[in-house]
Amino acid sequence: MSGEKREIVIPSQLLGDAKSSKAGRGTFIEKGKIYSERLGLLSKRSDYMNVIPLKGRYDPMEGDFVIGIVEEPLSSIWLVDINAPYPALLHTNDVPWDVDFGETDKYLNRGDSIMAKILEVGLDKKLQITLKDRNLYKIKGGYITYIEPSKVPRLIGRKGSMIALLKKYTQCRIFVGKNGRIWIDGEDDNIAKVIKAIGKIESESISYGLTDKIEELLKKDTKDVQ
Amino acid sequence: MALTSSIKRDYLYNLAKNGKRVDGRKFDEFRDIKIETGLISKAEGSARVKIGNTQVIAGIKMDIGDPYPDSPDKGVMITAAELIPLASPDFESGPPRENAIELARVVDRGIRESEVIGLDKLCMESGEKIWLVFIDIHIIDFDGNLFDAASLAALAALFNTAVPIERLRPTLEKLQEKFPSVKGYLEEHPKDYQLPMNEPPISCTSVKFNDVVVLDPSLDEEEIAEARLTVATDKNGDIRAMQKGLDGSFTVEEIKKIINVSLDNGREIRIKLDKSTGK
Amino acid sequence: MESDIKLIDDDGKRLDGRKADELREIKIEAGVLHRAEGSCYLEWGGNKVVAAVYGPREAIPRHTQNPLKAVIKAKYNMAAFSVDDRKRPGPDRRSREISKVISEALDKVILTENFPRASIDVNIEVLEAEAGTRCAGLTAAGVALADAGIPMKDIPVACAAGKIGSKNNDGKKTGGHVVVDLGKEEDNFGDADLPIAISPRTGEILLLQMDGHLTLEEFDKALELAIKGCHIVSKLQKEALVKKYQADVEVD
Repeated sequence: MSGEKREIVIPSQLLGDAKSSKAGRGTFIEKGKIYSERLGLLSKRSDYMNVIPLKGRYDPMEGDFVIGIVEEPLSSIWLVDINAPYPALLHTNDVPWDVDFGETDKYLNRGDSIMAKILEVGLDKKLQITLKDRNLYKIKGGYITYIEPSKVPRLIGRKGSMIALLKKYTQCRIFVGKNGRIWIDGEDDNIAKVIKAIGKIESESISYGLTDKIEELLKKDTKDVQ
Repeated sequence: MALTSSIKRDYLYNLAKNGKRVDGRKFDEFRDIKIETGLISKAEGSARVKIGNTQVIAGIKMDIGDPYPDSPDKGVMITAAELIPLASPDFESGPPRENAIELARVVDRGIRESEVIGLDKLCMESGEKIWLVFIDIHIIDFDGNLFDAASLAALAALFNTAVPIERLRPTLEKLQEKFPSVKGYLEEHPKDYQLPMNEPPISCTSVKFNDVVVLDPSLDEEEIAEARLTVATDKNGDIRAMQKGLDGSFTVEEIKKIINVSLDNGREIRIKLDKSTGK
Repeated sequence: MESDIKLIDDDGKRLDGRKADELREIKIEAGVLHRAEGSCYLEWGGNKVVAAVYGPREAIPRHTQNPLKAVIKAKYNMAAFSVDDRKRPGPDRRSREISKVISEALDKVILTENFPRASIDVNIEVLEAEAGTRCAGLTAAGVALADAGIPMKDIPVACAAGKIGSKNNDGKKTGGHVVVDLGKEEDNFGDADLPIAISPRTGEILLLQMDGHLTLEEFDKALELAIKGCHIVSKLQKEALVKKYQADVEVD
């Protein structure tokens, strides 16, 4: 509960000296000085100067769980939109089904949604995803909404506290992809509650007490229904 | 066509079956409408309309020109719409494509056929010199329902328009020598004056998906729409323009219902328009 | 063609009352559009511009892709109603040239190597024009890029300077004052116009164009004024960004 005001930094802002600090995420070094390369929040962690982006496209990292929407089935791969600058490739080798050459559209078609994992981010940023994992599958039912990828940590909350709160008051299954896509499944009214809460979380400040505010909102909604 | 997840589509279908929409609106309810006029001082008239997050700016420019040969005593109006790439990741730059052209033509017809602009009062010398009225519509932010936002912006901008006597005085004075009626026109209108306007029709757009019809489609609803119907109604409760779009169909009953919904909402929007233009 | 307008009087006051080194009034607002990933609305004197950024996203058509870095596509467009005599909608040669020089200026400061094969699209829309639209447009684009979270080495900023008030002395122009940020009449009847864009952190020149007539000395003076102007505007860009997101961040 520190009353520390987080500092907003902008591209080109001087953060420190490369001699006394280390350049972390979202920074670059020029002539021995560390600068921010993005609009974001300054975070100093053990000598490292990091800039946590406030906005921007999803930056894929190997191992991330994401929600993708299939763009196009090709002969032995699918092109999947994962809200990154590039579509990701899903190879028939990386799905739990036995897919014959040219039969990809029998399993996944344009518009289908999948819970996937980032398998590899190549040197040239070529992205590969996989469905081969017991936690991964083709999504059926529910609703998919979206939040800025940079706000995903806020939605999950410290040690998952925020997401647990949402699940508690709505009895919904909620899955938050690192790429900002969120899948919600449950009763219609409860899904609407979650959507509303997510909207508030996205637009509200990273304020101390956000969790309390959201709890209040969820309590109120539950009462209104009863 | 933008990629929509089938999950989203199924969810919207489901909600609609229970009489609901994602943003909580009723089927016959408009989003919040905001109208602002006079924001571009270079234009003879201008307006900005927001319907939900959709934002449109319309600007009116006037110039002196020649009449069409078949209407020697009337001013000329020309409508253009730009779906600039600013407004959506799916809009491309370049010459206007069918969507922009259809939009401009529908807005144009709504104004032209109902004779909203007093074009017959914009003649300076019969068969020779008349006023040209250019309506330029700029979509700034796209979140569904461009037809209504664009029509409303065009109307509000027109009601905000002043005929630019001052700006074009040098040209007008020169014309006096060749065209005697222009002299009389200038004597009658020595300063900028409000563009002569008549009662406007108000347009309301509905879309249909999965046998459900909703008014003022949001972006999500437009993405899954199968058919679209725009109805423009006037102060007396009469129909002045209609346009069906997309490749789905409507039943006769659905069309009648849409007309009624358009009449009711048209009335409310007209009140908002009058307020913003200071009537 | 000589004009009777006195662009600058003997006390050094310009038509709109400004001094030689004074900028017009500027207002900047970040994050104003809903669909765009980054956006900015900017007023500069009588100029009103909107800038929006989309991307990085895969560059289409494919032949425009660069396998090593992102392609920056800036498009500058003037609304038909933005000028006195209505402009026909659509890009004309002037708009395309301005789009090109702005794209090149932005390319230098954006960390394009982070996004091979992608494109970053910057759309600049001039809603109302009053001299200096390319500077206003590029300045707005800089804010929109930062607002979109695009990684950059610096936020580019632009400003122009020029020369006004010289007199015709037997076919030769004499006198005249070097001033910053030309207004409409100054642009129409002045003697030279020098728009520039810089990377404020390093001082590098990203965009430079000049038309008219300047001696070497006058050029130095104009460049100095324009650079100073850039730094003043740069401060406003940064304030606009922080202001937009400060409300977003209270306590840890």
